[in-house]
Amino acid sequence: MYRYDEFDAGFVADRVAQFRDQVNRRLSGELTEDQFKIHRLMNGVYLQLHAYMLRIAVPYGTLSPRQLRKLAYIARTYDKGFGHFTTRQNLQFNWPALADVPEILEDLASVEMHCIQTSGNCIRNTTADHYAGAAADEIEDPRPYCEIIRQWSSIHPEFTYLPRKFKIAVSGSAHDRAAIQVHDIGYQLVRNESGETGFMVYVGGGLGRTPMVGHKIRDFLPAADLLAYTEAIVRVYNLEGRRDNKFKARIKILVHEKGASAMREAVEAEFALRDPDALRLPQTEIERIRSYFAPPALPRRNAMSSAFEARKAADPNFAAFAASNLAAHKNPGFAIVNLSLKPIGGIPGDITAEQMETVADLAEEFGSSEVRVSHEQSLVLPYVALDDVPAVYDALRAQGLATANTGLVTDIISCPGLDYCALATARSIPIAQRISSRFGEGERARDIGPLSINISGCINACGHHHVGNIGILGLERKGVETYQITLGGSADEACSLGVLTGPGFSYDQVVDAVETVVNAYLEHRLAPDEPFLAAFRRLGMAPFKDALYRSNAGADI
Amino acid sequence: MPQVITANRLRDGAVVYFGPNERWVEGLQEAVLLPDPESVKSTLERALVGEKANVVLDLFAFDVERSGGEVRPIHIRDAIRASGPTVRQDLGKQAADLQPAAVVENDDVSI
Amino acid sequence: MALYKNGSFIKDAWRSISEGEDAPPAGHVILPLDWWLAEREAFEGSNAPLGLRLDPGASVSAFLPDLHRFSLLALAFPKFQDGRNFSLARLLRERHGFSGELRAVGEVLLDQIQAMARCGFDAFEITDPNTERALREGRAFGVSHFYQPSLGRDRPVGDRPWIRRSAH
Repeated sequence: MYRYDEFDAGFVADRVAQFRDQVNRRLSGELTEDQFKIHRLMNGVYLQLHAYMLRIAVPYGTLSPRQLRKLAYIARTYDKGFGHFTTRQNLQFNWPALADVPEILEDLASVEMHCIQTSGNCIRNTTADHYAGAAADEIEDPRPYCEIIRQWSSIHPEFTYLPRKFKIAVSGSAHDRAAIQVHDIGYQLVRNESGETGFMVYVGGGLGRTPMVGHKIRDFLPAADLLAYTEAIVRVYNLEGRRDNKFKARIKILVHEKGASAMREAVEAEFALRDPDALRLPQTEIERIRSYFAPPALPRRNAMSSAFEARKAADPNFAAFAASNLAAHKNPGFAIVNLSLKPIGGIPGDITAEQMETVADLAEEFGSSEVRVSHEQSLVLPYVALDDVPAVYDALRAQGLATANTGLVTDIISCPGLDYCALATARSIPIAQRISSRFGEGERARDIGPLSINISGCINACGHHHVGNIGILGLERKGVETYQITLGGSADEACSLGVLTGPGFSYDQVVDAVETVVNAYLEHRLAPDEPFLAAFRRLGMAPFKDALYRSNAGADI
Repeated sequence: MPQVITANRLRDGAVVYFGPNERWVEGLQEAVLLPDPESVKSTLERALVGEKANVVLDLFAFDVERSGGEVRPIHIRDAIRASGPTVRQDLGKQAADLQPAAVVENDDVSI
Repeated sequence: MALYKNGSFIKDAWRSISEGEDAPPAGHVILPLDWWLAEREAFEGSNAPLGLRLDPGASVSAFLPDLHRFSLLALAFPKFQDGRNFSLARLLRERHGFSGELRAVGEVLLDQIQAMARCGFDAFEITDPNTERALREGRAFGVSHFYQPSLGRDRPVGDRPWIRRSAH
């Protein structure tokens, strides 16, 4: 992973000192809230329902054990002993005092972490796919490019006051685990016929109130032009994006209103006028950054591990874990291990200080000291030898981190919702908990197979419900929480937005409704190996709508 | 419908309510109930002194009712705000966990 | 209003003309764009130093042919959060070669001045009393390490001069 040098450390130290000064000027009244708010947001500090919330950047979802231990320390010292991983690979603390934030930022800076630009109308954390560097299907590790974008976009003088937030994602595989088509810019690594590395470029994707799939504006952008092209896109957006209406200010609206062709022309025209030397990435720079992401030197291992196989044969729980939570690795004899932060009936994405320390220890002992945060709000140990998986599993199990549900119906993605968030219209977490308890950890969930459920507590869609196979949106009607269900969403390369089933369901009915949908799938699927999403795409909405609105678990109209 | 004035404390973000003697209190039951729009308007003006003094921010009034000797918010958001996350009964005001973990140096929240 | 340039407050040699006002062709006046477009003939053959005021979203093509006529461009920030004129400033300097005074007007606050300078602004109209006081007191603000090339006074650093800069 990237290691700060003196310059990088100096940059973060500057920013901490600057924010400390801004906090003091706010507390003394020299800055009004209106003047201060933008700086507060650009250092990741929100005012939420119960307290301030601090959002810490985890660049491209990569963490070291040292960083995890510091996060545990911060959780204990300044907060209530736990944190929450988000759908954009960041970590949130729900209870910090504003007056303590400068100290917290210093603690973070000591382990090369920060909260810079995790909020505000600026370029946010550039996310990647969480198996980067380890996945068997990878074209190239996207993270060096994320790091290059991250540095360039940090405290950028021209792009600090955009019309609205700006989110970039980079995928290193044809199978998109980074949801690039629902980002403001999505970069897909590709190789051209000459074997050169470049990017397919998508612009104008996004979720929120008006979900849209991004438009491809370039089939091949040479890697050397990555920053110059990004600058062109963001400049067009800065100059032309709407500023009259906060809910129409994202680049997706500009692309929609201008038209994708006109947008492409505007970006290409701006790009063509650039000073060709100004932001051209030297190959030496790409290689220099890439060297930080060199995979660990993994010892050669046999593809098959007898210790692993023996444990699977002897322990059905371990076998279930192996079936759901492991992903294929580039290196024979190794596995990508998914830790679940979705215990049955638990709060999705929450992690205690103690759990953080356990993961740190495991990463050091068995995982080449690397941890990843997934977009599904869980953690990943990407470099574990199959021989070691049993020991890792036992340690995870002792800390409640070994639920065998990666990608299954109980691996629910949920925003914090009305329990924590000042923007929410309904609670989301208890819905997740009840769905999880309904399906449990056992044969039934395994039989249902891969199924993503995403829950958002308001139309800002931080739970990404539009791209859930089953999406749930919590709204409020006449003071009462009501939930809409969408079906058939997907954030991967075959990106699709979920379709509304019909009228919404009450807090008491919605879990039954979800079960009705799942049962309809089980009834109509061609075979057990036809996943929910494929079945929905084949069948359409009709059988699901029938089941929902003609059964006893009827909707609240 | 009676209302209560609320805000967040600037230093630590804690939810506070406008109470007697121009003080901001942490518990909803100690807040001053404002019976009509006139009283809300005039009290809000007094409460805004707290914003100008950089003690609190984000002031607003919300609906409550008296029920069984207790003051209860009408809207679910205000109810959750007054007690804490429904999914963590061990946290927030409901657990008498009144202040965020950090010790706030200058406790005096009077204006 | 106090005019801040090159690290100190100076007397302002310019006067802003508002819409509807008659501008004498004598010079050192800052004209609104609409006014200029309507009245440019009045300045034919004049050598008077002229300034132009540009609100966010101003059409560059409208005044680009006349750019050489202006020794001052005032780019407005009606609200400090409106960041359009950061881009315009850079384009005017880098792409169109404007070398006169580039002045930030409107809601110009302490915490934005460094970014403005790095986009090519070299003069700032200060109306916020806290900002003026901080500048007069010489209080440090901003950061001193930069990850982008810029038009400010920073200079390249170390082994990556193409993209790393320092204020010192």
